[in-house]
Amino acid sequence: MTEPFRLTDPDRAKTLTEAISLLAPADPVKIVHVCGTHEVAIAHNGLRRLLPETVTILEGPGCPVCVTPASDIDAAIAIARTGAIVCSFGDMIRVPGGRASLEEARSEGCDIRTILSASDAVRHAKDTDREVVFFAVGFETTAPMTAAIVLDDPPENLSVLASHKLIPPAMGALLDLPDHGIGGYLAPGHVSTIIGLKPYREALDRYRIPVVIGGFEPLDILYALALILRQIADGTPKVENAYPRAVDDGGNPAALRLIDEVFEITDAAWRGIGTIPSSGLVLRERFESIDARKRFDIPEAGPDEGIPGCRCPEVLTARAVPSDCPLFGRRCTPLTPVGPCMVGAEGACSIWFRYGERRTP
Amino acid sequence: MCLAAPALVVSVEGKIAHVDYGGVMTTARLDTLSEKVEPGDYVLIHTGFAIQRLSPEDGEETLALFDELAASIEASREEADGPE
Repeated sequence: MTEPFRLTDPDRAKTLTEAISLLAPADPVKIVHVCGTHEVAIAHNGLRRLLPETVTILEGPGCPVCVTPASDIDAAIAIARTGAIVCSFGDMIRVPGGRASLEEARSEGCDIRTILSASDAVRHAKDTDREVVFFAVGFETTAPMTAAIVLDDPPENLSVLASHKLIPPAMGALLDLPDHGIGGYLAPGHVSTIIGLKPYREALDRYRIPVVIGGFEPLDILYALALILRQIADGTPKVENAYPRAVDDGGNPAALRLIDEVFEITDAAWRGIGTIPSSGLVLRERFESIDARKRFDIPEAGPDEGIPGCRCPEVLTARAVPSDCPLFGRRCTPLTPVGPCMVGAEGACSIWFRYGERRTP
Repeated sequence: MCLAAPALVVSVEGKIAHVDYGGVMTTARLDTLSEKVEPGDYVLIHTGFAIQRLSPEDGEETLALFDELAASIEASREEADGPE
């Protein structure tokens, strides 16, 4: 972290922790965040141990590779088996699809490449005559980059298998579950850098629930939690921005324009959750020529069958913590992952295993 | 996945900025950014693209917000406790 933005001052952490204790309700409250980067910051800094007993914080569907449906992974594998080069972000390569992961496809001879940026996919395509497919996953933070390469005169041998998803509709979908028990949302800072405040209001106002956008330094998170608890105490649920240094109320207009120009909103399947209305992005018709779903024969998506014994669906909907799962840390570890939440470096199970996190109190 | 980190802008060439991540030099694309940036600005970078301009004062301003919250809670506690 670059120096002016390192916010770890222990005195202020103590003051904010005291504020949280004063604001915490007598009855238990469950706060949910939807961002793997938040979970890493919470676990890495031991923030759960600083919270009063009545306040719990859980990760919901905050890991894009964990919620990518098995059918999209199967589609990427089918494309790779035609001899095309498939590029995606690191974690995506290891997540099991219906039958295999991209990593297993690589071991049978497919050309699967890990990239760090959408621009890398363009670079790979320029280096070869073969077909190159960018398997594009990620939330609103990552979708503008896919849009940018689509609009930037991409090489003809490049196409995009888009599987981008939108966070506010998923936050709403969790609140539609009868037993959700969610008392407030810590909203993801960098998704919010792109989208601003309005999409949360549109998706969540009717639920009358506190939504506070938080940054990723330990003090940012404590501050955002304090604001959520203050909203609960005051009975004034609203969307509030606790990360103003990186989030403007209107978001990032250039990035939003890129998304809107290239994608349209569609219903999307979320692994372990099901189909959520208006929660995914597909390429607009005029970008058909770069759409891998049109360029390649992709097998019909089968049903999302789930993995026997694996409680990822409940972890992804914040109805269980990783250690509630009988497989966690036994049959399912980062080296031998059973479910997607143990594969993705941002999956709750993987983070809890790595940092020795446990249910509090 | 939505990881983004601030870096210092060293120079700008069209749509590309050369940036310094605390000693590590790299480039970032600027076509996902609404504002113009110049050397000395900080930008928040996600997967090789700048998504937000930050100014060095923003860190201090955030700390001021934290202190303001702490002070307001302290004040309401004193009010609730009444005069000693």
